Formats: sequence, structure tokens, C-alpha cells
Amino acid sequence: PADTFHNLQELRHSASLATKVFIQRDYSDSTICKFQTKFPAELDSRIERSLFEETVKTLNCYYGEAEKIGGQSYLEGCLACATAYIIFLCMETRYEKILKKISMYIQEQNEKIYAPRGLLLTDPIERGMRVVSFANTWDVFLSVGTTLKELCTIYKL
Amino acid sequence: MITRKVTRKWEKLPGKNTFCCDGRVMMGRQKGVFYLTLFLIVGTCSLFFAFECPYLAVHLSPAIPVFAVLLFVFVMAMLLRTSFSDPGVLPRALPEEANFIEMEIEAANGNVMAGQRPPPRIKNVQINNQIVKLKYCYTCKIFRPPRASHCSICDNCVDRFDHHCPWVGNCVGKRNYRYFYLFTLSLSLLTIYIFAFNIVHVVLREYRNIFEHVVSLTPHCTVLEVLVCFFTLWSVVGLTGFHTYLISLNQTTNEDIKGSWSGKNRVQNPYSHKSIIKNCCEVLCSPTYPSVLDRRGVMLEDLSSPTPSDASAASTHQSSNPVSQTTKSSAPLIPNEHTPDEAKPGIGSGTQKSTSSPKEEKPPSPTSPNAVAPAVIKESSH
Repeated sequence: PADTFHNLQELRHSASLATKVFIQRDYSDSTICKFQTKFPAELDSRIERSLFEETVKTLNCYYGEAEKIGGQSYLEGCLACATAYIIFLCMETRYEKILKKISMYIQEQNEKIYAPRGLLLTDPIERGMRVVSFANTWDVFLSVGTTLKELCTIYKL
Repeated sequence: MITRKVTRKWEKLPGKNTFCCDGRVMMGRQKGVFYLTLFLIVGTCSLFFAFECPYLAVHLSPAIPVFAVLLFVFVMAMLLRTSFSDPGVLPRALPEEANFIEMEIEAANGNVMAGQRPPPRIKNVQINNQIVKLKYCYTCKIFRPPRASHCSICDNCVDRFDHHCPWVGNCVGKRNYRYFYLFTLSLSLLTIYIFAFNIVHVVLREYRNIFEHVVSLTPHCTVLEVLVCFFTLWSVVGLTGFHTYLISLNQTTNEDIKGSWSGKNRVQNPYSHKSIIKNCCEVLCSPTYPSVLDRRGVMLEDLSSPTPSDASAASTHQSSNPVSQTTKSSAPLIPNEHTPDEAKPGIGSGTQKSTSSPKEEKPPSPTSPNAVAPAVIKESSH
């Protein structure tokens, strides 16, 4: 039946559009890497505001620490300059070390908090540090369940 | 065991960059002038080391050629770093992000009357009590972060875009600006050094010849070196001076040319710390930013029959969660940019085949550069 199929198409289309929420960068503090802590309406029913804010604030802290211009960054810069930056071929920079910590933090957050609520948090580095995205993992199951129901009605099971 | 051809992400990146050494080296498109730069520097220095240095080492001091070698190595290292590294390219928005932004724009614009041009896509943000306009890039489908600009030669948006330099064959942006500055600075020093010691060499030789009544013609190579150094001096020293000025004000060449912060309409540079030392520290001593391009990440092709063992073996470094791995084997894949087109809505295509109706419209990403399977090996790149 054509009607059923069109419903399925619309459902899948709306499900794929609704699968991701993007948290944008906050540029109020100049160009340092910081994400907006404003709680998006789409996540209202899915996660508690405090947990969301906690995650984003911790991420902002990590990035702030990575981009801090202080004693350690001077030391690293001067040492690297003295060796004509050849040392970077063997050494990991402080920023890269913190990025590894961030990806572990995100993995831990996904395991403990977001996966049980049917959300998937992606590391901003995969999006060019532009956005933090929350993907909706439960819409797939929703559309699968609905599809099976429709199939049953088609074939009168 | 299915043999797979290993494709790295750099092969699928959009934009007009050239990649070498399996993605380790990234340059702009036109490299002719870069080869000229290399030739001039290496050529002039070779002549200096071959003809001037023996004389100067013997008659003045052996420290002279040693210092020249160190300076030469530094200049070459800076040049290669500037030319071969990622200037701070911002990756293009994947289809879902682009759609999300489009929906936001449409919501913000409201209803546009038929026949009227839609308003320009601009976002206003406040930085240090100053309103900065973020423009929308139609090629990359993103709102450009502050200080980013789109380079038409490389066809990429670059963060803190300074300019595209043909002499180094690459854009100069956030990640390689300090190498570019150190390159111009050290090249100025090298040019002055060689120029000065050429003069010293000529003077010494003629002085000795006057005493010994020997007629000598200044060697041709000395004349050649002096000429090259003379013309290089004016351009490179001038450029170094100009960039020193920009650094002290924390401005980019792009902003300077466009007159973004020239002071009319009370517009001030919101990024400047109002102190020369702080500005220099920020530009030259800030931490080295990592590349967000992940050029050497592996893209797994041939996913028509994935084996679970390969998937788990390849995902040792993956930063996304274990949920996607369990869903991969038991449930249809989440239709996001991590799934290749063939494996997209699994149940959906099964249903479609049984009802034999036309395929649903898929997101337009057959040529999407980042259509990466969930099992992606992330390798660090600089």
C-alpha cells in the first residue's frame, strides 16, 4: 500500500533529521575553544540539565587548560624553537596529551551517562572543533518498531 | 579473509591541496614559486659555503661558517614546516551539520516573500564588548569562526587566515604562522650575514692584494651572492618588519588589507590585549594547535561484507562509544555520517526490496569526504 510506504519514508526522514543536536562554539571569550552551555530544548526530555552542563563545562575546562598561555607553554615553545621544532617529530605536545584525556572523558561519559539515556556524544575534534554533537540512538529502534508494526498490518499477521 | 585496499582520509579530502608522503605533507596547489625559493636559498648558501667559507675560516675565524650552517639549517627547517604543515584548515560540514545550520537559518529568517532576496547569512557574536560578524561560507557550509577566511587557491576555510603565500606554496594560518614569521626573520638574518661577509671577503682580498701587488678579480660567485642578497634583503627584511608590526597589534594580513580594525566607526581590534608583549606572547608562545584534519586516519573500503573480527581489531583507538559497536552487529546502523551509504538504513532497504518500490532519497554523500565506517583508526598528525 502506497500510503504506508509514504508514512515509512516520512518517519525515517524525520528520524534522521532529529537524530542530532549540535552545540555551537561560544566566542564571547575571543577565539579560545569553548562551547555554549545553554541547554537545548531538544534534549529537554532526554537528559537532566545539570548533567549536560557538567559535561560541557568540564570539556570547556579541558580545552581552556590546553590553550592556556603560561609557564608550561612558554617552556615548550622555547625548547621547541631552540631545536628548530624538530623535537615535535618525536615528542607529543601538551595539547595532544590533553586531547587524549578529553577523548577518554567523552568515552567514560558516554558509557556512564549518555548511552543509558539513548544519546551518543561525539568528540568535537571529529567535527573540526566546531560543534559538540549529541546523536539520538533510540530513534532507530523507534523506527524499527514502527516499521515492523506496519509490516504486520500489511501482511495481516 | 577479504583483502582491503587501505585508503587514508587525505585521499578523500575536498579542497585543492596537494598531499605527499602518504598524507604527512600538505601543501597548496601551485608549487613553482616554492621551488624557486628553495633554489635561491640552497643555491646561494652553497656558493657561500663553497667559496667564501674556506677563506673566511682560515683568515678570520672558523666560527663564521659554523654559525652560517646553523642559521641555514634553521631557515630550511622553518621553511619546510611552513610549507608542509596544515595551516589550520577547517573541515567542511558534514550533511547533518549543514542541514542543522540551514534549519537554524530558516528559523531565524522567518518567512521570505516570494521574489525577494533572502537576507545575507550573518551571525553576530560579541567578543570583548565588540560585535563581530560571522559570515556563512557557501562552499564549506559553515559559519566561519572569527578570524577565519576562505582561501580561493586552496579552496578551504582556514582558521586565523593570514594570507596565501606563493613563496612557501601554502596558506599561512593559525597553525603555521609562527613558523612563517621565524622563517622570514631567520632568512633576513641569514641574508644580512651572507651579505656582510661577502663584503668582508672582498675587502680582505683586495687589501691583501694591494700589499702583495697582485691583481685579482673578485670571484664571480661573490658578485652573484651579493646581488641575490641585496634584492632579497629589501623584500624579506621589509616583510619581517611588517609582520612584527602585525604581531604587536595581534592582527592578520587579511584584516590589515581589509581594514577591519582601522578605527573608523569606533571599531577596535577585539583580539588585541592592548599590550605589545602580551600580543607577541599570544602569537609566538601559545601552545601548538593540533590539526583537526586527521589526514592519516584510515578509511576502510569494501564494507559489503564486514567481518566482526576486523571491525573490533580496527577500532582500538576509536573515541566514540561502545554502543555503536554493539548496534553494528545486532541492529541497523545509526544513519549518520559514520555509516557508508551502502550500509545505511538496513531494515529500510530490506523493506523496500520486498515491496519493490523506488529507493528513498539518501543524504547526498556519495562523494562525501568523511563517509567513514565506525571502525576508524585515528592516528595523530601534526
